[in-house]
Amino acid sequence: MESLYLLIPLSVLLAFLIGAVFWWCVRSGQFEDLEGPAYRILQDDDAPHKEAQNSAETQKTPDSPADER
Amino acid sequence: MENQATYNYKVVRQFALMTVVWGIVGMLVGVLIAAQLVWPELNVGPYFHFGRLRALHTSGVIFAFGGCGLMATSLYVVQRTCNVRLLSDKLAAFVFWGYQAVIVSVIITYPLGITFNKEYAEMEWPIKVLLAIVWVAYAVLFFGTLAKRKVKHIYVANWFYGGFILAVALLHIVNSAFIPVSMWKSYSVYSGAVDAMVQWWYGHNAVGFFLTAGFLGMMYYFVPKQAGRPIYSYRLSVVHFWALIFTYMWAGPHHLHYTALPDWTQSLGMVFSLILLAPSWGGMINGIMTLSGAWHKLRTDPILKFLITALSFYGMSTFEGPMMAIKTVNALSHYTDWTIGHVHSGALGWVAMITIGSIYYLIPRLFNREQMYSIKLIEVHFWMATLGVVLYISSMWIAGVTQGLMWRAVNPDGTLTYAFIDAVKATHPYYFIRVLGGLCYFGGMVLMLYNVLRTIAEGKAVDAQIPAVAAHA
Repeated sequence: MESLYLLIPLSVLLAFLIGAVFWWCVRSGQFEDLEGPAYRILQDDDAPHKEAQNSAETQKTPDSPADER
Repeated sequence: MENQATYNYKVVRQFALMTVVWGIVGMLVGVLIAAQLVWPELNVGPYFHFGRLRALHTSGVIFAFGGCGLMATSLYVVQRTCNVRLLSDKLAAFVFWGYQAVIVSVIITYPLGITFNKEYAEMEWPIKVLLAIVWVAYAVLFFGTLAKRKVKHIYVANWFYGGFILAVALLHIVNSAFIPVSMWKSYSVYSGAVDAMVQWWYGHNAVGFFLTAGFLGMMYYFVPKQAGRPIYSYRLSVVHFWALIFTYMWAGPHHLHYTALPDWTQSLGMVFSLILLAPSWGGMINGIMTLSGAWHKLRTDPILKFLITALSFYGMSTFEGPMMAIKTVNALSHYTDWTIGHVHSGALGWVAMITIGSIYYLIPRLFNREQMYSIKLIEVHFWMATLGVVLYISSMWIAGVTQGLMWRAVNPDGTLTYAFIDAVKATHPYYFIRVLGGLCYFGGMVLMLYNVLRTIAEGKAVDAQIPAVAAHA
């Protein structure tokens, strides 16, 4: 079954790659807050606004300095 | 920097609209081939024969309808959750037009009989190459946007979308390895049982990453948003993601039970398929429980009905799947219409319903309307879709088990009790019920197109402004 010589190493390699990404997540603090992000998407108001009707191309939002990275 | 002020909704609008259009096309072909199985006279050869149209149906609904839905929602979600416009508008346009070009080439070449002869990957090599290029562009667009995010945390839906994009790229490239002999003919570099194993490694992981991970990304954004409640357990959603991607890659051999594949490989595939039940149900419960405390919303909100029913079908088919992967069950179910029923419980029930719900959520936001043109029509669509799925899967369960039992029945002297044609005759009425189910589902999609077009006619295409990043970390 030569296909296994390709697929098994490929899958194992993949498992290690996924493991590495997971490691990066833990180290970089992706899992520090496991409550807030669920609420954050709800705070993002994506309902269409009246004033957005004629301002889509022209208006600019005030630059947000809050780059949290 | 002018562009930085708004999100790129244009590409989302394009993909969202094409989701509905390709859904109608793909499901129409599905109804047609279901009818061909009831009335064989409908096989008008050679271009409109079942054998050629079947591939068109599967690719049409999975890659055209499902693919456009995934691209529309992923490009919306990544922008909204990262508080940033897409990496590049030109790249976004390339992804849209390139992907449509792939779909149109498929629609032209499949009926012509131009095929690579691999299930769910029938496109010939020039189209495969184009798809690979478009897919890499999509990956660059998605991950590039993710990289310049303004919010430190990457929301879980993006993880599912990201996993889906990377895995599909890998699957497509490995499974498509070809040797061209002419402009429109090539052969797989693998052969025999090796080819079969690579094919089902691809085939099953396409289900796992295209039809599951991708749509779970959709679920983790649109269910909380539509319900107006945070996901039941964010922690569980993170566990769900990592558990799913670690285990999914190994389940493919269950498609090759009792074949030339080594026995231990089959057993390994079976065990991993059973393990998959845990993360799948974890995710389903997580999605449904998001409604806890807000169940009353289900009474009045048909979009939420679509999303939650989709999750119920996800739970059903991810229970049925591992059961069918058990070798003794598979001995009965394999090669019968039970498999077709299982696939459609996942495809019509889970994939299509979660997509339809998400598109209904998106359209008013993309065209600056408070809500869809008609909520009543969404309600009608919901019931037509539900009735359609139920007719489809219950008829295929009965047909499949009937076939399985008839094929294996033996007389005391060891001869077969039934000829093959006896089983065909026995399943004929159920094939008719399937056509009814399919028509019902298809009719719902036509209502959806009408509803969407009316909403667009009343609305106006706008790109929403990017709000300042919330104080929350």
